[in-house]
Amino acid sequence: MAFESLTERFQNIFNNLRGKAKLDAEDVHTAMKEVKLALLEADVNFKVVKDFVKETKAKAIGAEVFESLSPGQTVIRIVRDELIHLMGDTAAELELKPQNQVTVIMMAGLQGAGKTTTAAKLGGIYKSKGRRVLLAACDVYRPAAIDQLKTNGEKLGVEVFSMGTGISPVEIAKSAYDKAVSDKYSILIIDTAGRLHIDENMMQELKDIKAAVNVDYTLLTVDAMTGQDAVTVAEEFSEKVGVDGLIVTKLDGDTKGGAALSIRAVTGKPIYFAGMGEKLTDLQVFYPDRMASRIIGMGDILSLIEKAEETVDLEKQKKVTEHLRKSQFTYDDFLTQMEQMKKMGGISGILSMLPGMKGFDADQIDQSQFTRIESMILSMTREERANPKLMSPSRKRRIAAGSGTDIADVNRMVKQFEQMQKFMKQMNGMKKHGNLNSLFGRNLFRGKGLF
Amino acid sequence: MGFFDKLKEGLTKTRTNITNGLDTLFGDYSQVDDDFFENLEEILIMADVGMKATDAIISKMKERVREEHIKEPDKVKEALIETISEQIKPCDDAYDFADQKAVVLVVGVNGVGKTTSIGKLAMGLKEHGKRVVLAAADTFRAGAIEQLKVWADRSGSDFVAQEEGSDPAAVVYEAIDIYNSRNADILICDTAGRLHNKKNLMEELSKINRILERKLPDVRKEVFLVLDATTGQNAISQVREFVSVCRPTGIILTKMDGSAKGGIVIAISSEFDIPVKYIGVGEHPEDLQKFDPKEFMRAIFYADKD
Ligand SMILES: Nc1nc2c(ncn2[C@@H]2O[C@H](COP(=O)(O)OP(=O)(O)OP(=O)(O)O)[C@@H](O)[C@H]2O)c(=O)[nH]1
Ligand SMILES: [Mg+2]
Repeated sequence: MAFESLTERFQNIFNNLRGKAKLDAEDVHTAMKEVKLALLEADVNFKVVKDFVKETKAKAIGAEVFESLSPGQTVIRIVRDELIHLMGDTAAELELKPQNQVTVIMMAGLQGAGKTTTAAKLGGIYKSKGRRVLLAACDVYRPAAIDQLKTNGEKLGVEVFSMGTGISPVEIAKSAYDKAVSDKYSILIIDTAGRLHIDENMMQELKDIKAAVNVDYTLLTVDAMTGQDAVTVAEEFSEKVGVDGLIVTKLDGDTKGGAALSIRAVTGKPIYFAGMGEKLTDLQVFYPDRMASRIIGMGDILSLIEKAEETVDLEKQKKVTEHLRKSQFTYDDFLTQMEQMKKMGGISGILSMLPGMKGFDADQIDQSQFTRIESMILSMTREERANPKLMSPSRKRRIAAGSGTDIADVNRMVKQFEQMQKFMKQMNGMKKHGNLNSLFGRNLFRGKGLF
Repeated sequence: MGFFDKLKEGLTKTRTNITNGLDTLFGDYSQVDDDFFENLEEILIMADVGMKATDAIISKMKERVREEHIKEPDKVKEALIETISEQIKPCDDAYDFADQKAVVLVVGVNGVGKTTSIGKLAMGLKEHGKRVVLAAADTFRAGAIEQLKVWADRSGSDFVAQEEGSDPAAVVYEAIDIYNSRNADILICDTAGRLHNKKNLMEELSKINRILERKLPDVRKEVFLVLDATTGQNAISQVREFVSVCRPTGIILTKMDGSAKGGIVIAISSEFDIPVKYIGVGEHPEDLQKFDPKEFMRAIFYADKD
């Protein structure tokens, strides 16, 4: 098998590259060649892979090699982060109308994707959240599709509206909507027949349903095992019908599931749910980070990276807290904090969790400024970083020149540093009182438990 | 409508896509060089042939180009089609079961088109003058029994079912008795869709398979694995696992009326000795066709010149 030892090969390639500070073009090219293969093997669409590789390369070249990671691992880390980002960063949730209005969800997708089962599962989820749900059986084509929905509805205790197969799906949807309104249902889920995206009549039918009832969410349901064609399917459904969100099914299989990336890249819509089995409770929130790891399929490298990150974070944080205890917050500490905060989505994010931290103006440092601040600090000498008191006008001028900024930027940065210093001292004070014990532990800075 | 016409109709989109690709490929390239092969590689990957099989095809083609001193892109196209269709050709006795006493077990992952393909097969066999028994051994999925019943009625086949949730093996036992007592020609067993990585469900299938072998030793046995043409590289894993529990004798490649290329069967043919026997080109009773590799390749690779 050509790709069995991908991880191994990957590690071999980079074995002798340790110790570099920055990723050079060659490292990145070599690494991305393997990444490209991995993505293609995972069924990510060829064109999506091409774009992804190009963009990620641009980001990775010149990037700093993370401490205690090899250049190759650093590339993989960047790749994973980009994949997560492409996949939507965080789990998405459908926004429902208030209880007294009807939120209408319409299922759409190819034959056999899993719409009917998923429609029922969705109904079950919302029922358990206390909503009144009505399922509408609008697949009048596939033999026994209505029976299937009815049986599932019964099992879940969710009502199913059906009018047999002798009437048009548009009419059924309309009547179901009327019933939902008059009987005060809060969610209407319309199950539709599977159809090919190139079947113009059938695509028109979905448009007609949308025109007849006020559909809030058209959810494209896609089989996780889909190959290259996922892109065409998503494109066509988007263009012809309009898609508001995605559901990926059959993720309990052993497929890498690259289709998830393809459809997400093409539609730009959130993936709301993941189908994880045949039981009616097997529908879960979709987690972009898990999917990213699954697609890239380098489980062992990724866990290695995570372990390394953990130790780096912990060691660095130990140093910072140590300094704090001695009340010497340095530019090195500042840099560490910056890195950690960037991971956590900015300072305002952290501040919002801290009681009584009003002294620090969060808006002064936004995400885009991080990079500039970093480059200024990196232009300082070792001594300057370790000893903030050394700062002088001539040093500032040199730092500005070295980092391609001007004196005003450096002054602002110094001010921000001083604010941070104060802020950290305050926190240190609180820490002594035991309020913020977990603050510098991995909980906060790994961002796992809290975000 | 003949096989090729139907296939052409079904594959309109496929054909335009892929042949446009190839036509541009061969039109743009006046010589057979690296760029040419790179582009060819892209087309194969986009058809779900997969990296490994694509690599193999490309190096084989390069070798031929070198050995046979092929200079014209057109000739490479010919050679390519020849090579691949030779590789995916079904054996000569692939369809003999239809004229014997036979039992057909139909397996595959969820939603690929097992029940529909059974319905189409039953229609065809009835037309062929055979007495057919359909066994509803998918006792799991809601509505599955009713779905097969509709096809039994449509085709005029005998129908064996128990209630939802009952043991599929029991349904198969009963079906064998009925098949024997009514002296029917062909018994077709529908099974529940199952993901190939679920040990218990695969074990259940293996059990059904053993029952058929044991109870019908003198009857020709076919096991059809249904694959969805839209499926990507995971199909290889599907084949591997189904091979290990019930040794499929043929593949039914469904949904070839869509825009998916179905190229995965090319990859499968290079790893497994299981021929594609039928393709599904729609949801109607007549939408099942014998698989003809030459026409299949031609429909994929050639522009419509008529
Ligand atoms: N366009 C198209 N649709 C097909 C084809 N074969 C089956 N279908 C459709 O695919 C869907 C699933 O088909 P089924 O026959 O129920 O699939 P299955 O494998 O029996 O499904 P489970 O029993 O649920 O695992 C149905 O809507 C069929 O009409 C085909 O060749 N082309
Ligand atoms: Mg079925």
